[in-house]
Amino acid sequence: MIDDLAVAHVARLSRLELSPQEVAQFRAQLGEILAYVRTLDALELGDVPPAAPAPAAGGVLREDIVGPCLTQEAAVANAPAVLNGYFAVPAVITDE
Amino acid sequence: MSRGPALPDLPAWELRTLYRRRETSPTEVLHEVFRRIDANEGRIHAYLFLNREAALAEASRWDGEVAREDAPSLAGIPVAIKDNICMQGWPTTCGSRMLEQFKPPYDATVATRLRRAGAILLGKANLDEFAMGSSTENSAFGPTRNPWDETRVPGGTSGGPAAAVAAGEATLALGSDTGGSIRQPAAFCGVIGLKPTYGRVSRYGLVAFASSLDQIGPLARDVKDAALLLQAIAGWDPADSTSADVDVPPFAERLTGTIRGLRLGVVREFFAQGLDAGVADAVRAAIDTCRELGASCEEVSLPHASYALPAYYIIAPAEASSNLARYAGVHYGYRTPEAADLETMYSRTRREGFGAEVKRRIMLGTYALSAGYYEAFYLRAQQVRTLVRRDFAAAFERFDALLGPVTPTAAFRLGEKVDDPLQMYLSDVYTVPLNLAGIPGISVPCGFVGGLPVGLQVIGRPFDEVTVLNVAHAFERATTFHAARPPLAHPKNSPSLAPRDGPVDREKRRAQTSEDSLG
Repeated sequence: MIDDLAVAHVARLSRLELSPQEVAQFRAQLGEILAYVRTLDALELGDVPPAAPAPAAGGVLREDIVGPCLTQEAAVANAPAVLNGYFAVPAVITDE
Repeated sequence: MSRGPALPDLPAWELRTLYRRRETSPTEVLHEVFRRIDANEGRIHAYLFLNREAALAEASRWDGEVAREDAPSLAGIPVAIKDNICMQGWPTTCGSRMLEQFKPPYDATVATRLRRAGAILLGKANLDEFAMGSSTENSAFGPTRNPWDETRVPGGTSGGPAAAVAAGEATLALGSDTGGSIRQPAAFCGVIGLKPTYGRVSRYGLVAFASSLDQIGPLARDVKDAALLLQAIAGWDPADSTSADVDVPPFAERLTGTIRGLRLGVVREFFAQGLDAGVADAVRAAIDTCRELGASCEEVSLPHASYALPAYYIIAPAEASSNLARYAGVHYGYRTPEAADLETMYSRTRREGFGAEVKRRIMLGTYALSAGYYEAFYLRAQQVRTLVRRDFAAAFERFDALLGPVTPTAAFRLGEKVDDPLQMYLSDVYTVPLNLAGIPGISVPCGFVGGLPVGLQVIGRPFDEVTVLNVAHAFERATTFHAARPPLAHPKNSPSLAPRDGPVDREKRRAQTSEDSLG
């Protein structure tokens, strides 16, 4: 039901590097978990509506008023790399 | 200590009484709690961070105030915070290497409210990485051990908070519950654990795992304490759009201890295959107690209960895969030292920063949401979630609250399930349905199996924590299980060793205590 290729594809979508051992381990474990989840297939669901992500809470939009927020300094204080107050990352486009 | 239980073992409401009578002070209580921590943390490992000096300074500020009539509800009470709740300037690791160095620039709403209520925040308590697990063995910083038996897990993911409260290393604690992470460790550690209704408590500052399921709630040594703590943290918060704008009743004042005439439903499906015989006996005896207290207890069916767990293990990982996308080495947390381009930096950072269970759930959730599988998995799971909600709604037309076990077994051994994720997931089978339905539930100690605590689960209607708490309170008043304290946490020759008439075999307790004593 799930093979090494599927594991590699999902790992790519997840932005998760995996070792060959992890690929083998996840193939087995995800296969077992998904087989268990497949017990849901026994249910005739027909037109049962999917649950809303959360019970409806009514209007949740607040007034559009500026409130206190983090300073730029505080916002980047935990960043692994900062340049002139911005989050710094490695090259997005490489030469190849 | 000549007045029975030692200060670290007293519930908050009793400490408040002693404060009012000036029989003790927050400073004295804090010193005793830190002594308990120093004596036991080497084995229990409930905490990832202790804020000792600041807590003692805070305690001394309260010393002159706590006797006042108008002192706030938790003035001078030591509280532990699960380490997935943000506190400004404190480490907030979520039990993950990914956030080992992270110090939030703001406080969670619950932390702000606790400070306002006068609580003294002791430190951050251990958990499974990003609150994913059922044993606290998934913490990147080592497992927490069960104070009742250090070869066993405290449950998870709020294993640190539950163990801290059980061992007298905190009077109260805050946990979070996405699929049972407050109630299951409470059951394993013999304390009270309440998952409030979804929306009852602000999630602002709770590190997100599965946003439609996560809820913060109290761990305590008795129901009145749980009610006091819930009251301090509950209520609408403009910073959390999913928090509910509903009245917060004075939960502690509403505890009547009377359940005569109440209609209680016993969930048939929770006594099916897989339930340990000893746990079943303890829970059935607890149901008989409720009957003796004048409640009517009849069987009720939740026909889709057995489908809740497989649905949960699609929905929760799906939400997690989205929520955890933010850990990519850019805004905060760990970044791999070796990556020349952005894409590799993301993938390698996540490989090195996350543990196995977190990776497993990200993969599972990504798979369930990916093209070609969305309908077969995610959509189906959300349809099943509707059926689970309907089951509860139908049951609550006939009953005021529902009863059942919290867990299929008592605390299992460290290492027993770490290599078998599906077996680990099955320990959430009776707790997960409530999260899918968004309704409140509590674990209250109801017996022992082989010297290990067992929990009774009381389940209520949305926003009816009052009934849930009151059933648990009535049960607690009629029994002594909650008053038994784990032998491990108590130094030899301490007068507090003598339990109030607990159900645990006293000879065994003495034998264990002398073996385990630090001397």
